[in-house]
Amino acid sequence: MAEQRVLVVGGGLAGLAAAMKLAELGIPVDLMSLTPVKRSHSVCAQGGINSVNELTRQQGDSEYLHFDDTVYGGDFLQHQPPVKEMADWAPRIIDLMDRLGVPFNRTPEGFRDQRRFGGTLYKRTAFAGATTGQQLLYALDEQVRRWHAGGMIAIYEGWDFLSPVLDDDGRCRGAIAQNLVSMEIRSFPADAVILATGGCGLIYGRSTMSMACTGSAASRCSKAGVKYANGEFIQVHPTAIPGADKLRLMSESARGEGGRVWVPRKPQDSREPGEISEGERYYFLEERYPKYGNLVPRDIATREIFNVCVNEGLSVEADRQCVYLDLTHISREELDRKLGGILHIYEKFQGVDPREEPMKIFPAVHYSMGGMWADYERTVEGGLVLGSPRNHQTNVPGLYAIGECDYQYHGGNRLGANSLLSCIFTGLFVAPSVQNMMGSLSSSAHDEKYDTLHRGQRAVRQLEHDNLLKREGGRENPYVIHQELGDVMTKAATVVRDNDQLKDAIEKVNELGERIENCSLSDTGNWTNQNVMFTKALRDMFPIAKAILQGALARDECRGAHYKPKFTMPGVEADDPAERRRQAEAWCDAFEEKNRKWLKTTIASFDKEGEPTLSYEEVDTSIIPPRPRLYGLVGAEVIEEVWKGRQANRNGSANGQSEPAPATAAATS
Amino acid sequence: MIAPAHDHHDQPSSFEVRVLRQAGPGEPSHWERHQITYEPNLNVISVLQKIAAQATTADGKDTTPVAWDCNCLEEVCGACTMLVNGQTRQACSALVDKLLADDPSGIELAPMSKFPVLRDLVVDRARMFRALERVHAWIEVDGYGDRGAGPRESQEGQEFRYPLSECMTCGCCVEACPQYAKVELTKHVDETDEQFEKRQEQAYDESFLGAAAISQAMLFNEHPTGHMNAGERLEALMAPGGLQVCGNAQNCVSVCPKEIPLTTSIAKAGRQTTWHAFKRLFDR
Repeated sequence: MAEQRVLVVGGGLAGLAAAMKLAELGIPVDLMSLTPVKRSHSVCAQGGINSVNELTRQQGDSEYLHFDDTVYGGDFLQHQPPVKEMADWAPRIIDLMDRLGVPFNRTPEGFRDQRRFGGTLYKRTAFAGATTGQQLLYALDEQVRRWHAGGMIAIYEGWDFLSPVLDDDGRCRGAIAQNLVSMEIRSFPADAVILATGGCGLIYGRSTMSMACTGSAASRCSKAGVKYANGEFIQVHPTAIPGADKLRLMSESARGEGGRVWVPRKPQDSREPGEISEGERYYFLEERYPKYGNLVPRDIATREIFNVCVNEGLSVEADRQCVYLDLTHISREELDRKLGGILHIYEKFQGVDPREEPMKIFPAVHYSMGGMWADYERTVEGGLVLGSPRNHQTNVPGLYAIGECDYQYHGGNRLGANSLLSCIFTGLFVAPSVQNMMGSLSSSAHDEKYDTLHRGQRAVRQLEHDNLLKREGGRENPYVIHQELGDVMTKAATVVRDNDQLKDAIEKVNELGERIENCSLSDTGNWTNQNVMFTKALRDMFPIAKAILQGALARDECRGAHYKPKFTMPGVEADDPAERRRQAEAWCDAFEEKNRKWLKTTIASFDKEGEPTLSYEEVDTSIIPPRPRLYGLVGAEVIEEVWKGRQANRNGSANGQSEPAPATAAATS
Repeated sequence: MIAPAHDHHDQPSSFEVRVLRQAGPGEPSHWERHQITYEPNLNVISVLQKIAAQATTADGKDTTPVAWDCNCLEEVCGACTMLVNGQTRQACSALVDKLLADDPSGIELAPMSKFPVLRDLVVDRARMFRALERVHAWIEVDGYGDRGAGPRESQEGQEFRYPLSECMTCGCCVEACPQYAKVELTKHVDETDEQFEKRQEQAYDESFLGAAAISQAMLFNEHPTGHMNAGERLEALMAPGGLQVCGNAQNCVSVCPKEIPLTTSIAKAGRQTTWHAFKRLFDR
């Protein structure tokens, strides 16, 4: 048998963590990336990385509470065992990154400093200025370079993943990829392929994501049979600066360090912000959520900002939606030390000093909670079995998904500073699983008997490429179609969703999907042809775009980032206490009913043309029972009371039974 | 540094962009003119996107989209470095309003001159990543198992390392460096990709490291664990193509988009290598 190798696709945090851990285990790795790995999208992550730490522990925090905050923040849509495992690993992961030399900010005594992030009351977030993602990525990049120098990791930068190679039994034996400079198409035999290819923000045209985040790799896997889960759960970050080419993120850490979001109470007050007194300012997040303040989870902050601008007409500017994100009350010295990176971005791109003047921000598409379906094996205690070949394996044997391109950790809404954690965690955690899976194989994908398979699959991709170059196209322009796709998706499938609008969007996306087949390439050459590579990526945005829209259309409820005003929960508005209580009971009934119906993973399976069909999967909520997600909203206290009463009754009656009652069992009389 | 992006009343309805194009390595280059409709708040990236969508030159001729490199579009990945009006910088943070205010005749875009051009504005900066390997720009940890936290560090220590660690290997410093000469090899007909890459690496290894790699050596020498292997890095700095090539022109520090104190790093490297040479002399 020839030597076994692993192909890692994607050189962000997840891909690099997997590559270095596999190398440590003695497994040779081929690492493939669109860009030089040091330029991967992980560099854009700003705020920090979460874990319980010595200080929060003394305030009662624990791995379990980090786990609880994460599933509560995700509106209980995650399978709980992977999340529990991740929270358990978190402190060790930050220690490791510390040892690798990440310049985390320090306290005067020399300990790692922490700040608070959204959706928690603890200061769990370690950070390196406001460029934490960049710093973590560089540390992993350096380790991978070390293994590269030692010959254990071969790096293929500037290669685009075209498809997985599946044998007759449906097992993945490698991948076909294309060089972005020479346009060469070749096969990469591998005994396991790990996809770490990030999010799909470019489907929305402009987002906070980088230009490489097209989602095309996931889409190309979906056409080969990999399922795509929870596509409709797209995070819209509350605070970004609008731009013609990109919506640039303004980190949640700005609020973590004390930044306040507000609008003038008087609509479009024309005075300078500094001239508007405290009483004339509407700090709407602080007023509505006094417990969490500006650090409510992102889905909630985004909806509130959207609401204050669109429904209440309180946008700071008349012709452009935006609210103030105000840091001017914090000292310059502290701002520069903790938030320098993002202040530079605002300054460079807006030409305004945010230390002097409040920033103007608006929500923007930011993160894909959904992604390729991936398996896990749980322990009796509710964690994951270390080294189980099933962990992070997709439904195609030998094909794994980690990082943002999987769907496991963030449910309906991701908490800030949990993505860097989930990326590094999955990268490290998948390595022994892949090692054990490969140990069970009796051959190597480099064995001669697979040559025909690889040659054949390569030839298919080559023919596709040649045909695309030769095609007598119509006059459709791929860049224009991309813009139209982005407009349709942004209008129909971001903050507020409506079934009529979604149906309309599905039709439009279908039309655009047909028009893309009539694209004429303005470049038909075979050297560094970005035109043809973009057209391929654009074509492959359609399966995922359709999965997002269809998933959103089918899901008639509100959960996390998925919000449909026509399917909101009943109000609790009565003044009379008895009536109020009755309304809260009705609310809780509706909540239980909604969970019975919709506490399920959306799973899209695709045909060869990329047309999705939906099915649903039960969610493992066996550790923490789902509960109303209110974050101390003013006026909703009665709901919490009623819910707690029901839980107490249920626990009381469950004690007498041999089995605990299912979490979503009806408790109404 | 700060662009006054507010006054647009005296802006033209369109402006000219001249791009230095080159079909591939070793091919001749030529200027191509494009006319772009003015909008407020454009940057050079959105100009290049418009050129790609237009697909015609200012003379109305069909043309291929200009090839260029980019990813993050917020000046943190380093990909989109090019010469904008002759200055080395990132295209994403080059704002059109500011550029036109400085030079109303239009905008000129050219590839970096110190690296082999792959096509148009895309260059091959593999030499810079190779330089990081030469200076062992990493921490030699025992392994990735749990061994508790890293070493405690003072705020001063962190504040020294963090700016150095913001280097995104964009290449501005070496583009501006008079001592950093272009290394460009041509692939032989009978050569495989791997053989060509090997030959390139050898050529890179004999050429100047450049400010970015020197500064990274200092970053890791300053870390308590990294310090244990400081000697290896200093040996690399003392080898041919090392620190002694620096002519102290100080261009590097003035063009660094992250304002990294590169000349301070170079001076530090000078002191450390001197001590290292002494030590080596007496250890014999």
